Amino acid sequence: MADPMKIRAAVVGDSTEVKVLMSHEMETGQRKDAQGKLIPGWFIQTVTATYNGKTVLSAQWGPAVSKNPFLSFKFKGGAKGDKVQITWTDNRGDKRTDEATIG
Amino acid sequence: MDSKRREILKTGGGLTLLSLAAAAGWLKPGDAHAADWNKAAFETKSMDETMKALGGGAPAQSMNITFVSTPDIAENGAVVPIGVASAIPKTESIAILIEKNPNMLTAVFDIPPGTEPAVSTRVKMGQSSNVYAVVKADGKYYMASKEIKVTLGGCGG
Repeated sequence: MADPMKIRAAVVGDSTEVKVLMSHEMETGQRKDAQGKLIPGWFIQTVTATYNGKTVLSAQWGPAVSKNPFLSFKFKGGAKGDKVQITWTDNRGDKRTDEATIG
Repeated sequence: MDSKRREILKTGGGLTLLSLAAAAGWLKPGDAHAADWNKAAFETKSMDETMKALGGGAPAQSMNITFVSTPDIAENGAVVPIGVASAIPKTESIAILIEKNPNMLTAVFDIPPGTEPAVSTRVKMGQSSNVYAVVKADGKYYMASKEIKVTLGGCGG
């Protein structure tokens, strides 16, 4: 199981700004190890953010997203104390969901 | 194929249909869970192919797409911050493409109503390249591009 995500959500005006830092290797599948063997790709493929059961952002990623990916976005609404949930799935079928309280 | 499947089903009762499908080569292991990941689009090598795989035609240049907090020169190609904001009404999705990477498509963000059409993330770049932001709005495609110079490549380690 991967390390937890760092999620920060804050009300800015009438929107909520969400910043996420995920912990993932994001191996491209293009690199070779010391023996010249290809290191298999290992990266996050889908990311979903939900607020009150409603999807506020969904994304599909390729291996060109940086290691330990960063993501930020804003959605309308959201109140202090509410929770935002982020889920990712990688190409090995690993999955992780974390939530943060809007501050 | 069908009769074979029945045979296997009869003999190997413990096999699930999914593992059977995997054995038959319909699904590569690791694909089954990410059905909503557009594999074809992420394997394309040119703008035309990518647009086709995403289901759109050639995008029109637009001044209403801007790169936010994106550098002109990136010192480290492994971590290049890219932010894209769209001022086009009814923006449905934002895609980031990097021309000179092994596969052009880097990320696709679906923007549901109520979410601001602006996202930022960090990407890897093998070398200096044009970066395209493709926005789908009201069923049409628009794009903007920006050249980012990379001092140290981010692929190959």
